[in-house]
This record gives sequence, C-alpha cells and structure tokens, in this order.
Amino acid sequence: MSRYKTMFASLREKKQGAFIPFVMLGDPDETSSLEILHSFVEGGADALELGIPFSDPVADGPTIQAAALRALSNGMTPKKAFEILRKFRETNSITPIGLLVYANLVVQGENDAFFEQAKAAGVDSVLVADIPSKEAAPFCESAKKSGIDPVLIAAPNSSDDQLKMIAELSSGYTYVVSRAGVTGAETKAEMKHGQLIEKLKDFGAPPPVLGFGISSPEQVREALESGAVGAISGSAIVKLIASTAPEKRNETILQFIRGMKAETQLS
Amino acid sequence: MKTENEGWFGSFGGCYVPEILLPALEQLSNAFATARQDPEFQKELSDLLAEYAGRPTPLYLCRQIGPDTGTRLYLKREDLVHGGAHKTNQVLGQALLAKRLGKTRLIAETGAGQHGVATALVGALFGLKTRIYMGAKDVARQRLNVFRMELMGAEVVPVECGAKTLKDAINEALRDWAASYTDTHYMLGTAAGPHPFPLMVREFQRVIGDEAREQILAREGRLPDSALACVGGGSNAIGLFTAFVPDKEVALIGVEPAGKGLHTGEHGMTLQAGRPGILHGSKTFILQDEHGQIVESHSISAGLDYPGVGPEHAHLQATGRAKYVGVTDDEAVAAFRRLSACEGIIPALESAHALAYAFKLMERGEGGEVMLLNLSGRGDKDVRQIADYMGVSLEGKA
Ligand SMILES: Cc1ncc(COP(=O)(O)O)c(C=O)c1O
Repeated sequence: MSRYKTMFASLREKKQGAFIPFVMLGDPDETSSLEILHSFVEGGADALELGIPFSDPVADGPTIQAAALRALSNGMTPKKAFEILRKFRETNSITPIGLLVYANLVVQGENDAFFEQAKAAGVDSVLVADIPSKEAAPFCESAKKSGIDPVLIAAPNSSDDQLKMIAELSSGYTYVVSRAGVTGAETKAEMKHGQLIEKLKDFGAPPPVLGFGISSPEQVREALESGAVGAISGSAIVKLIASTAPEKRNETILQFIRGMKAETQLS
Repeated sequence: MKTENEGWFGSFGGCYVPEILLPALEQLSNAFATARQDPEFQKELSDLLAEYAGRPTPLYLCRQIGPDTGTRLYLKREDLVHGGAHKTNQVLGQALLAKRLGKTRLIAETGAGQHGVATALVGALFGLKTRIYMGAKDVARQRLNVFRMELMGAEVVPVECGAKTLKDAINEALRDWAASYTDTHYMLGTAAGPHPFPLMVREFQRVIGDEAREQILAREGRLPDSALACVGGGSNAIGLFTAFVPDKEVALIGVEPAGKGLHTGEHGMTLQAGRPGILHGSKTFILQDEHGQIVESHSISAGLDYPGVGPEHAHLQATGRAKYVGVTDDEAVAAFRRLSACEGIIPALESAHALAYAFKLMERGEGGEVMLLNLSGRGDKDVRQIADYMGVSLEGKA
C-alpha cells in the first residue's frame, strides 16, 4: 500500500483529517531545511508538501517567491533537494512526501529522469504547478511508471470535463484550491467548495486535500468540515521561517504545527 | 500530431499554465476561433487598422544604402504604425476580443514599453481600465514610454522581483490574471506564451507580411531573396515570415540580440544558445542553466531582452525553414546610427538588430539582390539611451 493510502486509512480510523505543511527545500539552507522537516513530523504533520525552488514561480505569491529566491541564492538545486530528502528518509520511512514543482525542472534530462530521481529520494507524489489537466497525460504516465503518484489541482472554476480528467489522472490525493489567485496567506481560502468536492467524489478522484490561503487552526477545521480530508498550509509557515531567529526556529515551527494539527480531530 | 489550432507547432507550444487559468484561455481560444470566421469582426478590425493605426504601411526602398553593393533593401515601415511599432496591430485585435468577452480591464507586460504603450492606447480607445507590469530595470531605462502610458491613463506597476525585466513582468501579469480572469483580459505582447497567444498574435500580425508580399510583388515583379526581422518574443518576425513560409526561395532570417557577445554569456540568443524547456506557458527554446533555472538575458534593447521565444520560431528553426543569427549591442548601435544618418529614419534599437545583420549580408554579397526587412518600430524611445551610449549629454549647458 502507498504511504498516502496507509496515512488516509489510519487517519480514518482515528477520525482525523490530515494536516500537511508546505515548505521550500533549502530555505533558508540545507541543514536547517532537514531540521525543519523533522520538526514538522514531531509537531504532528501527517504528510509533507515540499517545493524545489524555481526562478520563475508563476503560481506563487510574494512569500513563497521569496523563499525560492532565498533557497536559490544559497545554492539549492534539485539534486541537493533530493539529497535532503534521502537524509530525511534515513530516519523516517512513513510520512508521505509530496513535491510541488514547476514544469521546467521536470523536463530536464532524459524522459523520466526527474521522477526516477524523486522516487529514489523517497518521494511519493509530484504536483507540477504549471502543468494543467489538458497537458498532464504524458507527465502522469511518466510519474506512474516511476512509482510516483501524480497530483493535479482542482480549482473552483474547473469545468466538469476538467474535473473528470483531473479525477482520472491524479493519484495519491487531489489538491483542491478553494479560491482564485496564487499562493499566499494574504487572500484567505474560501470554504464554498462543497460542490467541487462532491463532484470530485462522483468522478472517482483520490482524496481531496484543500490548499492555498490556509494559515490558522480555525481554517483547518473549516476545511475539514467542508468535506476535505486534509489541509495544506504553506505561506504561513514560510513566513514563520523567515521571521524567526534561527535558534528559536524549530520550537516555533513545532508549536505552530501542533496548533494546526490539533484542529484535525473530527469528533 | 497536434495542430497549430490546438496550440502546437511541431513539438513546440502547448498550454502550460496553472489549472485555474485553463478556462480563461479556452474562452479566449474559442472567441478567437469564432472571430477569425466572422466577417463583422474582420471588418471592424480592418477599419481600425486603416483609420486608427494607419495601415497599410509603406514599403520603402532605401535610397542611400544598397546601391553600392547592388542590393535593393526594402523596409516595411511598421515604425509608421500609430504608437510607433508593430505592437499596435495585434492589440487592436485582442482589444476587440476582450470587448466581445465582456472584459472591463486589461493587464499586460512590457519590456521596452512599446507593448505597454500599445496596450495603453487601446485601453484608452475602448474605455478599459489598464494596468501594465514592467520590470523595475526597464522602467528606469524607458522612462519616456512609462510617461506615455501614464498619459493615456494606464497604471504602470514596476516589478521588483527576479531579474526585474520582461520575464518577471510576464510572471507578475500571469499572477494577476490567475485572480482576475473573470473581468480581465491578459493582453500578452508577443507571439509567445500559452495557447492561443502564439497563434492569435501571429494571425493579428501577419498583416505585415501579407501587405509586404503584395507590395514587393507590385514593385519588383518577384519575391525577395531574403526577409529579415529581429526576434524578441517573435511577433514582428512571425508577422513578416508567415506570408513567405510557403515561398521556399525566400530565405527567412530572424535576428536575436547577441548583447555583449555570445562568449560573454551576456546575450539573449535564445534560439541559438538555449535549449528546449517550458516557460511562460509553452514548450520552446529557453536560456537556462544546467538545472533548468531561467538565466537572465542581456541586450541593449529592452524589447529583445527575454530568455524565451515564441514556439513557432523554435519549430521554424527545427525544420530549417528559418535561420536565426545574432547581432551585438555595438553592431546594433552602429546600424541605428547608419539608418538615421543615411536615410533619415531613426529605427527602434530592436529593429536596428535586423538592420545590422542586413548590412553584414550586403557587404558579404549574401543577402541577394532584393532584401526585405521589417522595420518594427521607430527609435524615438531610444534616443536618450543612444546619447548615453555615445557619451553625449542631453542636459542643457549652464
Ligand atoms: C520596435 C520593437 N521591435 C521588436 C520588438 C520585439 O518583440 P517581438 O519579437 O515580439 O517582435 C519590440 C518589443 O518591445 C519592439 O518594441
């Protein structure tokens, strides 16, 4: 069974939703990055969603753009990012790892090289922010061939045809975006996606996880109450990393994750 | 094999955008497909091109440059289009589509400021609220165009992220559109980006080559031996080339900015020094490092300073139908001065790149007897920069 399936099964038993923090690998540097991942798990994160920095992140708001630039200027590369994950996997073989990347990083090298490297580093899923359902088929095929779950985004404006394609191509989970726009805590998630989630279910999509604009424990609860089985929070955490002194960083992250995870108990 | 109507030029093109933007691009693509077949739309557009933009533009045979090498060099005078560059041709088309789609707001990116100016003028003309994203570095080197946009009622937003040039302005426009697509049209300025832009912009710009082909046949009774244009994103070049693509005897030559020279790494020769990748919505040639990070381009000409290129040019290069070459900053400035001094025409620095290569071909006797060159814009916007380059102060003496 895949790590995602195991995770969702065990959460169902515990009547919990998933809390999934996002961070940019290599932000602020390689060593801190590995520590941050371990703090996530210690704080109760059920899975991890991780970025590999790209120079032109069109789906990201200012907070995550800045994180990518910090990581890039510290010399982060996809190879080094995979190295961090390999080290993480030395002591953690359970927590599902999802990558959130941009297409130009994925098309480097021979056919399926990126997905194979990801698999070897212990990655479970890959979401490519600028590959929409219309262009996704060949990428999903490559990913699956390498044993990686391809994750697509379902948006509030997605047509039924789009949603059907998303349901068919995605595996692991479905990333549901509740509002228009790019990543960022500046614009709050909307919780009017009940219908979107219903449709995804009807079309047989993998479990819906809500992301974009989730920065508080209350929003985690709202997300789960609205039908999502998990919530992803990115910009809020990235901001914490940027604004906290290094010696207090891990503790601050730990507390934040605990607060978010606490709201995932359903009854 | 997917067709150009589906967004593909051979193995280049596509529609690589965040999922949230797919419906807006589909809506645009459908509106464009309908408009292409709609005589009413075509009439409205050609009336605007004639009455507002001043088409057809003349084809001018150079008087001073050429006779000594036995060349007849024809300039397609897009510098005389209202607004000062070819950019106006296609914004009129896109603005009509935006109106049809009920959009009330325009956003656009701009490098040299020419596309920003073109967008601002249609924004004023059609009463659409207009916001222009422009790299902070470009805002500084193209102050005059910034002021022109503001005079026409557009808001110019300097983009401070990344390299602070055209690519970053495109990123910012795409981010805006991801939140604003319901009431906003993204007026992309070149034949690049996600489908339908490369196809749509080409179709709105092909009037350049269609006119020029007819004009040169009327003047010469034959087709030119070569057709040249500068290549930034590729809109003026594809606008010129399209009419001649089936005419195999016409050499199609695209001129990219070699900046300070290919060997210095400071250039914008995407097609010659880049490799395939995915940027700003399409699979095309891109300047990138070994890891796939986009590399900053360099050119003295802000309008050519872009690390990507339209997918159809990548295809024309792959099939060998068009050839792409480079011209340095210094060579472009020399050509800028030569056309100004010899013909009384001050060209845009972008167009001066094409001119510089035409002059080279003439000297080597390789351009053929009849050469056609797209003079994509006028150089008023560049005069201050050329003065700086020449070390001439334009400030009044105390
Ligand atoms: C006068 C002129 N020519 C050429 C270009 C380059 O663009 P394209 O390659 O799309 O024609 C620009 C861009 O700003 C321009 O202003």
